[in-house]
Amino acid sequence: MSDNNQNPFNILGSDKVPQQGGQAVTEENTSGDINQRIEALISSADIFLFMKGQPEMPQCGFSANVVAILNRLQKNYKTFDVLSDWDIREAVKVYSNWPTFPQLYYKGKLVGGNDIITEMYESGDLESTLA
Amino acid sequence: MVDFTELKEFIETQLPDSRVKISDLTGTRDHLGILVISDAFKDKMLIDQHQMIMDILKERLKSEIHAVQLKTLTVEKAKAQGLWE
Repeated sequence: MSDNNQNPFNILGSDKVPQQGGQAVTEENTSGDINQRIEALISSADIFLFMKGQPEMPQCGFSANVVAILNRLQKNYKTFDVLSDWDIREAVKVYSNWPTFPQLYYKGKLVGGNDIITEMYESGDLESTLA
Repeated sequence: MVDFTELKEFIETQLPDSRVKISDLTGTRDHLGILVISDAFKDKMLIDQHQMIMDILKERLKSEIHAVQLKTLTVEKAKAQGLWE
């Protein structure tokens, strides 16, 4: 990849970008109101991603793409695997009025799915939005 | 199967002062690329622009349309990208 030079941690000349990246979370309490459960998840990190699979092993190309973009921007973020919980998966679609995954949130607000995140990444808007 | 002309007119009616172009992404007429140009998108975040269109398409996404790839542009941006004829 072409941006190794911009990577301040690349002092050993390794071509591996340091894995800051995503941390998959599970719920501590699944008994509450579904929207409160969703809000608890989203508010667990500034950058939160509902995705299919885990950041280390996405189960969908679109989720993998958003994970790759966040890692490229060297962001710390938390993720939830919507394949692990059908109730959450369906309720998030209603909560956000957005029909597909992945869904990326910043400070509690939906930023977008794969198309939007890719377009914002390419225009440079994503980096400033997540700053 | 989607009637592209009818769908284009449907979106343009729902979002006045918009121009819509629909393309067939897969050759099966149910995975659609939809370009919407409108100044209604001015000063709105991309997610809000897409949500305006998804709201319009909501019912139809449950039936005849399987997937859409949206692109939303203001008139100014469309001109800058050479997409305003």
